[in-house]
Amino acid sequence: MAARTTSPYSVRGRSMGGLLSKRKLLPPAKRKPLTTEAPWVQALLIAAALLYLGFILFIPLSVVFLKAFEKGIWIYLKSFTDPEALNAIRLTLFVTAVVIPLNVLFGLAAAWAIAKFDFKGKNLLTTLIDLPFSVSPIISGLIFVLLFGAHGWFGPWLREHDIKIIFAVPGIVLATLFVTFPFVARELIPLMQAQGSDEEEAGMTLGASGFQTFFHITLPNIRWGLLYGVILLSARAMGEFGAVSVVSGHIRGQTNTVPLHVEILYNEYNFIGAFAMSSLLALFGLVTLGIKSYVERRMRQ
Amino acid sequence: MKAALKQKSILPGFGLSMGFTLAYLGFVVLIPLSAMFLKALSISPADFINIIINPRTLAAFRLTFTTAFVSALINAIFGFLVAWVLVRYDFWGKKIIDALVDLPFALPTAVAGITLTAAFSSHGVIGRWLEPLGIKVAYTPLGIIIALTFIGFPFVVRTVEPVLREIEPDMEEAAVSLGANRAQIFFKIILPTAFPALLTGFSLAFARSIGEYGSVVFISGNMPMKTEIIPLLIVTKLEQYDYAGAVAIAVSMLVVSFILLFLINVLQWRLGRHLHIP
Repeated sequence: MAARTTSPYSVRGRSMGGLLSKRKLLPPAKRKPLTTEAPWVQALLIAAALLYLGFILFIPLSVVFLKAFEKGIWIYLKSFTDPEALNAIRLTLFVTAVVIPLNVLFGLAAAWAIAKFDFKGKNLLTTLIDLPFSVSPIISGLIFVLLFGAHGWFGPWLREHDIKIIFAVPGIVLATLFVTFPFVARELIPLMQAQGSDEEEAGMTLGASGFQTFFHITLPNIRWGLLYGVILLSARAMGEFGAVSVVSGHIRGQTNTVPLHVEILYNEYNFIGAFAMSSLLALFGLVTLGIKSYVERRMRQ
Repeated sequence: MKAALKQKSILPGFGLSMGFTLAYLGFVVLIPLSAMFLKALSISPADFINIIINPRTLAAFRLTFTTAFVSALINAIFGFLVAWVLVRYDFWGKKIIDALVDLPFALPTAVAGITLTAAFSSHGVIGRWLEPLGIKVAYTPLGIIIALTFIGFPFVVRTVEPVLREIEPDMEEAAVSLGANRAQIFFKIILPTAFPALLTGFSLAFARSIGEYGSVVFISGNMPMKTEIIPLLIVTKLEQYDYAGAVAIAVSMLVVSFILLFLINVLQWRLGRHLHIP
């Protein structure tokens, strides 16, 4: 697999007297000068790309930390001792912990059904699974308000039975489930389709049970793809703002997740607090990117 | 019945996995979404049209779709440039840059919103340099475009990158041997090959930008008729318990963006057929 994806350059690399022992792209200087740009054009294009990235990505990222530490490290650390901040962190972790196993279970089931069997309507099912990605976060929250809100379809019934979903934690969980719904399935379906079912069929013929086959053959084969999906899922679950904002009701200390707490602090002009909480999310985002590129490299091998 | 639906396989668990998949899909996605469409059907057509042709709603629609379009266009140009540089050239720090391209996916939208506002407000690290030039970013449509450009940045890069990587050097070498210069090769070979992917990236960024909320509400200033986007208008209606208004606007936004995406897909399909790209 790896050899095929980098073939045009690596094949040439080896024919040039083993200049490159590892398979990787040839650096431009060693490629034939006729099929690349003049060095000054290259430098210009690289500079333009970096300038743009700096403007749109790096400056905003560094502003998070600059603003958070504006008044020194003690004020920064103090913002984490606020009980409301701690509650927000706890709620975010709780919601993420509920959402991950549910959507992982769904992703595994959907990938097994779609990748291992042939049936009618497979394309339609795959499209429907991707649907939440094309729905605005606000609409993702709105649909649950319409179902469970005070004036929603089940509103009166829920009030009679004293169950609160909207403006309470279950609503936040539902909205987060919806927006993170496709992540794991989307990673696993193409991966399992590419791997085929030969190994599983061999296992079955040798007398393994369905679950043995799944746990000993399928799961080890897809572990990096699964991890990748879980990373993307948890980043989105912790950072979701729009959908959660619609259903949460912003009750301080009760239904505020970290991103919602950031908004409240910011609107109260508590910028250090807002950016301190943001720095936590940004740090988590950077860790996500690190793990993600590590997993990507592992998957390519 | 099931045997007719699926082909025979010796692997077990079709019923279990399929049943769970459909039930979960139904409960989490399909039933809630259809509840919204049912609600939309219960609004009388006259009321529905009145909600939509309200000047404030129309202004929000115009603003949302133009800013989303402009930002997707900016991303198409610079996303292509970044993908090109990452695939073709070698430079110091390339791996880090490659990983950081996905930052907008990993950074929560609310965080992006407040940092972009801080950076581009009149006292911010970038804003203070733009202010003397007479360019105001924060609390103007330009600010919305900046936020949407940030949010949609990875789409074009990540769709164009694999296509650029797969272009065989043979074709370029053949072109060179036939006397083509770099500009000819770029416009006659590379750009047509990468164009369908560029269009895909553009439409993904565009679709994401239409629905975006978190990163925009902080930088836009949210003035009705001027810097109020559709998702914000939906939230405002909801906060006033105007469910009908919220649903009518939400459904029309979904329908319009689906139609636009469908048109882009048709265009892409025709281009692909025309250029004989597999």
